[in-house]
Amino acid sequence: MIRVVLPFHLRKLAGVDGEVELEVAAPATIRSVLDTMEERYPALCGTIRDHDTLKRRPFVRFFACKEDLSLEPPDTVLPEPVVKGEEPFLIVGAMAGG
Amino acid sequence: MSKIRILAGTKKGAFIITADGKRKDWQVSGPHFGGWEIYHLKGSAVDPNRIYASQSSGWFGQIIQRSDDGGKSWHTPGSSPEELQGPGGFPRGESNKFTYDGDAGTHKWYDGSQHPWEFKRVWHIEPSLTDPDTAYAGVEDAAIFKTTDGGKTWKELPGLRQAKGHLWQPGAGGMAVHTILLDPKNANRIYVAISAGGAFRTDNGGQTWKPINKGLKSPFELPDPDAEVGHCVHRITLHPSRPDVLFMQKHWDVLRTENAGEQWTEVSGNLPSDFGFPIDVHAHEPETIFVVPIKSDSEHYPPDGKLRVYRSKTGGNDWEALTQGLPQKDCYVNVLRDAMAVDRLEPCGIYFGTTGGQIYCSADGGDSWNTVVRDLPPVYSVEVQMLK
Repeated sequence: MIRVVLPFHLRKLAGVDGEVELEVAAPATIRSVLDTMEERYPALCGTIRDHDTLKRRPFVRFFACKEDLSLEPPDTVLPEPVVKGEEPFLIVGAMAGG
Repeated sequence: MSKIRILAGTKKGAFIITADGKRKDWQVSGPHFGGWEIYHLKGSAVDPNRIYASQSSGWFGQIIQRSDDGGKSWHTPGSSPEELQGPGGFPRGESNKFTYDGDAGTHKWYDGSQHPWEFKRVWHIEPSLTDPDTAYAGVEDAAIFKTTDGGKTWKELPGLRQAKGHLWQPGAGGMAVHTILLDPKNANRIYVAISAGGAFRTDNGGQTWKPINKGLKSPFELPDPDAEVGHCVHRITLHPSRPDVLFMQKHWDVLRTENAGEQWTEVSGNLPSDFGFPIDVHAHEPETIFVVPIKSDSEHYPPDGKLRVYRSKTGGNDWEALTQGLPQKDCYVNVLRDAMAVDRLEPCGIYFGTTGGQIYCSADGGDSWNTVVRDLPPVYSVEVQMLK
């Protein structure tokens, strides 16, 4: 079970409180976690990554185990603690604006 | 007695504001989608409780929201659990998918070079006059999209960008289709306005479009006095009783046409400034129009710190300042292009919102004004519905 933490606005959009728990087939990657989450919560389609290119939106960042995974390739396998559910996969709205 | 419902889009959410036909005691509901930019929301003419909203943010992009109960509850079309379980497949999570048709191509950039078309957000949603599931979306970078399934999916009408789109250029606020007018007497005729592309018309339901900018003079922005496109049109409007007569607030100049845009004539007359954004027509007097003059394109506030709506009862040229109830000193707000609307009560009500967060209403055709609400986030858009 993979735990995902969404930013406030996306939690409201998806209609969830707290963390999201997802069953993701091994090997769990950034791409497969996002695929599973969009399947569960279709309202999130297009908000984290582009509909067509599937590229991460510029002001959305990914973190796990105190590492910034934002620039890693989408098929990067997630760290073991995330796969085991010991650590969450964090989707964060970047600090921007004023 | 009729009920009035104001739909206000702001920089930090949507607000739904209601009162009875006296238009005095207003109840404010919101913010809906707090923290998100709501460029526009508008109700269906045939089902007023069907409301479409454009929600966006710099972080998470575009969202389309729909309410089927007058704004009490909202959902992203096509994403509800019921639809997910429906037979035969469904357009899942595509209500915010705005993909240009085919090769997106390029348009003119600030430095004169060509720049790829990139979708940014929906500026304006115009529901069909006859079908609650059909609506048009004007988007940045400038294009028009159409839905026929209540907002679940959107398809571009690419003929618009073929009207010399490579010569359109963004203004300071971006390059967007911000105005969509549906001809109530001719279902195949639609007008749009683009900053900075100009005004365009289709007579075949959106398949092909022609520029309708003859008579527009833009010497500071366009050196070519006969430029067919590229004009910074801020807003166009019409009265439903005679849809061939249109009024325009351009970057500079107020204009009118008698022939569906084939030729425009300036009617700025005695306005203190002919720069501005909104323009609207009185519900019962097709020759009575309203504008809000702004000092200049670099100052974006009313002349002399006085917020004045100007009314012409002669279709332009002769204008009178309407000031009663509006701040007449130290006022430096702006009124954006989609932030003025009229109701059809007798007497006609006129409404507008400001970048200072105020919404004003005149319940007597503009003679006097009252504050509906004072301290909202900057107001992007105002629409008004009459309910039974």
